[in-house]
Amino acid sequence: MLLRKVGFSPVLSTALRLAPSASGSARPAESSLFTYNGRPYASQAAEAVLDKHATGSETAAKTSTDKKTSDLESKSFAVNMFKGQISTAQVFPFPSVMNEEQTQFLSELVGPVAKFFETVNDPMKNDELEKVEDGTMEGLKEMGAFGLQVPSHLGGLGLTNTQYARLVEIVGMHDLGVGITLGAHQSIGFKGILLFGNKQQKEKYLPKLATGETIAAFCLTEPSSGSDAASIKTVAVQSDCGQYFTLSGGKIWISNGGLAEIFTVFAKTPIKDKTTGEVKDKITAFIVERGFGGVTHGPPEKKMGIKASNTAEVHFDAVRVPLENVLGEVGGGFKVAMNILNNGRFGMAAALSGTMKGVISKAVDHAANRTQFGNKIHNFGVIQEKVARMAMMQYVTESMAYMISANMDMGASEFQIEAAISKIFASEAAWTVTDECIQIMGGMGFMKDAGLERVMRDLRIFRIFEGTNDILRLFVALNGFQNAGKQLKGLQHALKNPIGNAGFLAGEISKRAKRKAGLSSGLSLHGTVHPELAESGELLVKAIEQFGGVVEDQLLKHGKKIVDEQFVLKRVSDSAIDLYAMVVVLSRASRSLSQGHSSAQHEKVLCETWCLEAHDRIMNDMKALQSSSSKRLFKNLRAISTAVVENGGVVSPHPLGF
Amino acid sequence: MSGRVLVGVKRVIDYAVKIRVKPDKTGVVTDGVKHSMNPFCEIAVEEAVRLREKKLMKEVIAVSCGPQQCQETIRTALAMGADRGIHVEVSGKDYENLGPLQVSKIMAALAKKEEASLVIVGKQAIDGDCNQTGQMTAALLDWPQGTFASEVSVDGDGLKVEREIDGGLESVRIKMPAVVTADLRLNEPRYATLPNIMKAKKKKIASVKPADLGVELTSRLEILAVEDPPQRQSGVKVESVQDLVTKLRDSGTL
Repeated sequence: MLLRKVGFSPVLSTALRLAPSASGSARPAESSLFTYNGRPYASQAAEAVLDKHATGSETAAKTSTDKKTSDLESKSFAVNMFKGQISTAQVFPFPSVMNEEQTQFLSELVGPVAKFFETVNDPMKNDELEKVEDGTMEGLKEMGAFGLQVPSHLGGLGLTNTQYARLVEIVGMHDLGVGITLGAHQSIGFKGILLFGNKQQKEKYLPKLATGETIAAFCLTEPSSGSDAASIKTVAVQSDCGQYFTLSGGKIWISNGGLAEIFTVFAKTPIKDKTTGEVKDKITAFIVERGFGGVTHGPPEKKMGIKASNTAEVHFDAVRVPLENVLGEVGGGFKVAMNILNNGRFGMAAALSGTMKGVISKAVDHAANRTQFGNKIHNFGVIQEKVARMAMMQYVTESMAYMISANMDMGASEFQIEAAISKIFASEAAWTVTDECIQIMGGMGFMKDAGLERVMRDLRIFRIFEGTNDILRLFVALNGFQNAGKQLKGLQHALKNPIGNAGFLAGEISKRAKRKAGLSSGLSLHGTVHPELAESGELLVKAIEQFGGVVEDQLLKHGKKIVDEQFVLKRVSDSAIDLYAMVVVLSRASRSLSQGHSSAQHEKVLCETWCLEAHDRIMNDMKALQSSSSKRLFKNLRAISTAVVENGGVVSPHPLGF
Repeated sequence: MSGRVLVGVKRVIDYAVKIRVKPDKTGVVTDGVKHSMNPFCEIAVEEAVRLREKKLMKEVIAVSCGPQQCQETIRTALAMGADRGIHVEVSGKDYENLGPLQVSKIMAALAKKEEASLVIVGKQAIDGDCNQTGQMTAALLDWPQGTFASEVSVDGDGLKVEREIDGGLESVRIKMPAVVTADLRLNEPRYATLPNIMKAKKKKIASVKPADLGVELTSRLEILAVEDPPQRQSGVKVESVQDLVTKLRDSGTL
């Protein structure tokens, strides 16, 4: 009725269909849209990170749509691209956050750290011994490598995220095993204390952690709890007097588990709801000292890679943890965990960009000197394509790492989608690049002495830990859909008062009408991107428009059930990653061109080539999603999987019959 | 004895960099090339800091002559443990013509001004390879010198210096104030740790001009050309000593 009265186009009518399913009567907005079987899903992680209440259901009910409109004004590029919008605040120009003093200081640090890793650290020895050599460990402690981001008044170097990224890049270039030892200690091990610790906790623990006198470890994973972090079974029961908790449980695959003195442990604490009197289990984060007694660890795990890093089971047997050692709020542990992981992700991208640089040099050195068929092999097209793709992937990873670290330093509160994207991209790019480097080097690459097989083995874990890439893809997609959903909700809200919101609605109608007609919605990067990159900028704009449209269509098609459509989510996520990759290289190359760098023309070519291919990938994926054959494809994939699982293995009988 | 050690440090192209000669043959390419402290200067700084740590000396002052970038080199010395720095500002044409004679005049003037008991420099710089600054400084000050030092110890009011010479090792005893030049095996320089680099930010670097020290910088040398060494010709393998002798005779070498 309302439709006919105000004469809305049929395009908009589909938006109304969202109304009954999503706004929900008793169940409120954000969190319920994405709960699955009552258990918080990847998007809960998003909320936790956005500083909303982790469980959401009771509290979010109160939030009015007015509050939601402020969430709509996020500055994050990733959040906005899901809505088919371009927010340039965090991405253009390529951020440059260090002042002269910080830049000068950082440049002084790079030399000694690089020298240490070139001359003192022996990655092959570390890999062979399956531990970091004692002398090297001592050297690293003296060097100050264990407290890079601890404030200087507490004994650390007080580095910003960008400065930290630059140093971690050097570590990544030389020895990922050492990188994980350092990262497990400071990037996640005691990061909780940095982010959520109170003054007493910081002053008590940080000084010794900064010098490496005590080592830290992050204890979340359990045998039955990996990706599904909310399902942990380790328990911490508060004493009757309230002064301490008794912690019991077992954690597995804990980096530095055998070395650490200080553990950030996540356990379920039974909490009595003040209003309902109901007792619920919520996760709480604790700072646990080995000295509290009852803390034991298992032998070092035998791994495929990062052998130098100690990985062990850690058991807590009725450990008494004082109340003062609760990290953050009682019951707020999930948020603590997600924030810690989110906060450290950029470091991975930085380290891996260094790894890629290192292996690329080795491959290029070989290609430039190896003669076969009467020619140096770098003159052959196949090799050229490999080298070019490796260079592009490294360029993208590096650009992502430093854009995110700069955004974080600038005080951005919303970067979780970008951080997740960078982790996915970096880990997969590094794997591919190293694989191709081995390929270029042929048999040599396979030999231990070349040093590449170790890097390959070290890299495999990066797609698994700190949030498997598969989960992170779902996270990116669901988080994006959630934001797009909010926008649609805002639209719905506006529709209730069309006269008052006529301007807004008119814009929305015309946008969708144009999209339906295949016309550009007027988005442009003209004036933002360097003129020499205008064409690539156009590709990005087209891709975002298409992407935003498909996101909305899928959301309208599936509604709440989008959560189950993992085939869709994966493809949406892949495109999201490609979009972010396009924008970071456009930004970086634009900056180089503006600054007249000697490498600017080379970077322009890297950028253009990347954008061409990424744009095509995105368009193909989006087209596939909208096509009817995609539904059949997903159905087939699902059917094949079900059959194979049922059969405990491949189903088809042997071609020979036996 | 003031217990003050003056250490000269030079900013040179990093030893690992592949040197390229400028097309106009006036010198080597320095723009955008990685620079660091001359390795022998690192050894000199390390020795000075060790003397202070053993309480045989009281203060270590790092000195460098050149443009603004020299301050980075001084800061590295401060991070290694030097107490303060002096940057002697020399730039442009003056810097291009700066050689051992000019530097030693500056060092001599500073040694007198700071009332140093000891001046330690690297035996030579890896770019000029002159091996003259230490010796000239001692001569200008009329101080004894212990050059190519592979070991230095304090002996009463003087120094015992073990020198590496062509024939082997020579021990000399010299009175202080003196000049010592550091050779390769004198010590192994420490790594500047990141906390020390941070502490070094608070240490002072004073700026001074050569004119303030009464030193004039005109050079007595003019560089005519800088060229790459000739490409090495490939050798020839011979089967027997007879062949070798024949070939040598033919080439006119024998």
